Amino acid sequence: MEAVVQDRNEIAERLAAAGYIADGELATAISLMQMLKRPLLLEGEAGVGKTEVAKALAAVHSTELIRLQCYEGLDQSAALYEWNYQRQLLAIQAHRGEAAEGIEDQIFSEKYLLERPLLAAIRRTKPPVLLIDEIDRADDEFEAFLLELLSDFQVSIPELGTIKAVTIPHVVLTSNGTRELSDALRRRCLYHYVDYPDADREARIIMARIAGAGASLSLQIARMVEAIRKEELRKVPGVAETLDWAAALVGIDVRDLHDAPETVHETLMCLLKTHEDKSRVTREVTERLLGKVA
Amino acid sequence: MSCCGPGANYDEVDEVSRLVAGKLAAFLATLRDNGFAVGLQEGQDAASLMVAGYAARAALLRSAFKHLFSARKSDWDAFDGIFDAFWLGKRLRSRSITVGSAKAANNPSLKSLPNHAAELRPGSESAMDQVPSGDDGPEDRSGEGRMEGASRADNIAEVDFRKFTDPAQIEEAHAAAARLAKVMRTRLTRRDLARRRGYRLDLRRTIHGNISHGGVPITLVKRQRKQKPLRLVMLLDASGSMSMYTSVFLRFIHGVLDQFRQAEAFLFHTRLAHVSDAMKEKDAGRALDRLSILAQGAGGGTKIGESLQTFNRWHAARVIHSRTCVMIVSDGYETGDAALLGREMAALGRRCRRIVWLNPMMAWQGYAPEAAGIKAALPHVDLYAPANTLQSLTALEPYLARL
Repeated sequence: MEAVVQDRNEIAERLAAAGYIADGELATAISLMQMLKRPLLLEGEAGVGKTEVAKALAAVHSTELIRLQCYEGLDQSAALYEWNYQRQLLAIQAHRGEAAEGIEDQIFSEKYLLERPLLAAIRRTKPPVLLIDEIDRADDEFEAFLLELLSDFQVSIPELGTIKAVTIPHVVLTSNGTRELSDALRRRCLYHYVDYPDADREARIIMARIAGAGASLSLQIARMVEAIRKEELRKVPGVAETLDWAAALVGIDVRDLHDAPETVHETLMCLLKTHEDKSRVTREVTERLLGKVA
Repeated sequence: MSCCGPGANYDEVDEVSRLVAGKLAAFLATLRDNGFAVGLQEGQDAASLMVAGYAARAALLRSAFKHLFSARKSDWDAFDGIFDAFWLGKRLRSRSITVGSAKAANNPSLKSLPNHAAELRPGSESAMDQVPSGDDGPEDRSGEGRMEGASRADNIAEVDFRKFTDPAQIEEAHAAAARLAKVMRTRLTRRDLARRRGYRLDLRRTIHGNISHGGVPITLVKRQRKQKPLRLVMLLDASGSMSMYTSVFLRFIHGVLDQFRQAEAFLFHTRLAHVSDAMKEKDAGRALDRLSILAQGAGGGTKIGESLQTFNRWHAARVIHSRTCVMIVSDGYETGDAALLGREMAALGRRCRRIVWLNPMMAWQGYAPEAAGIKAALPHVDLYAPANTLQSLTALEPYLARL
């Protein structure tokens, strides 16, 4: 048991050193990931810092981050490997007249293989962090294919044979919930729901990221953002928006939100990204929210 | 569980590990009953976690199990409560199923709704949707031999759902609803297929495909835009005022979910419940039984606005895409905030292709959309239609096909 707790605390410390202020549960998730060798599925609203987790994880293991951004229509040739057809054609033209077998061996060799993120991730000597971002944007078919790769960690290329994983990468998947993921994929993964950080944690994030943000200002900003999130908005500001706003306030040299209510209201455009939200948070609303921030 | 230390003798260790294994198996069963997708592999992993030392502290074990067993937000939120109830013996605040607690007597089945409804309100009010026989009394509606040369199915098609009293008739109406769903699906998908056409040249694939010709592009590879199949999202009002219609619509929804590859169903009364999984049960009767647990209202009233808010917040992004039709079946009697309903309808309208609002009461004589709820919602609705007979449901199909 001591080992488990120690392991968790160590991970939390290393995450903090990497600039990611994690909640306690995320540290558990990461230690489980290593122990059970399962991928980690992160879900949560846009802008809560899901992608940041993968970046921090790469820093914790001091390893490379390989990112695969998913989109509708993403297929094997963009995700796994592809032959460099243009070069193959040139080679065929250049070696015209030679024995066909020799040419074939040549053009279907490693030299003509284009490595895409998934293949790259299983061929590294040091296990990298493989971030499969927004898996919900890819099609069902791709998800099924991914599932196979994640359970076998081997790829078969008809012309070359089977390529087995040199090392098993640390896999992190993120989802915004634009599509329901298959039960099979969900079951293979550990699940972690990333929520908006509470005010204390957000304040620590601001201090870690924005040079010159003092403790009291950071806490004020975090509390203000927390209050704004509770308003009925179309687009709830994420952590990235908070950081933008904090950077703006520090840049304008605001030391205390109560000293400059005008500036606070004018810089709220860092947080509110639609016209509707902007018009909903009027000067009066800003003042009311400021009043709540001690 | 630190008794598995070096001091314990083997018999004891055996005994303890058997106990723990039994307890763990019961916990997995509890999770499955609560809708968690837990397989054998998860069980093994859980056991290995307990051995590794996570079992020493409840909070630690809870956090580890939570990551392992949860697969979605709803699991994530419910997990702590279930864990505490099972391992720490705390009482659950929300309704969850623990082993052996689901007594049929406490959960009145939805299947009994039609009879129930008949008692509440003997079908008598309007003469709008009746068989054209001139005979208005619902009591002597025998159904047979009344319309010469017409099939019995036609007869049933025009009868208001709430006027069915005979169990056999009800069963027939339910089966017809399921059949209708099936037919709708076949026609809609066929139309979808006929529309496909490739229109763009895929150069990369063309070069690849023509390497065997030395690179001369002889066969062209074209790109097709993938046509998204129509998706139906159904929100069914299961409140008291709708009770005489609920069961037949549940059967309809069950048929639609069975036939459409892409359909989602939700029930709402004072809160919203996602029922697609429960409805996936092949047997209609069993599916309805599973629903009766979900469908129980926390109290009286219908909070359409709040339910829609929940839908927009937690489900809409996931279940709605550009070719989605949202079908709300409700009488529009909102007991909550009507302004909220209007706002949420507007938000929903921005997201989906069409909103169809089916109101079974619409065909009632003298009915006008006067209730505050329906008034607030109507400006955002694309199609407002009655849905009290099988015929009116059939009439929807051409509309859906145009989407």
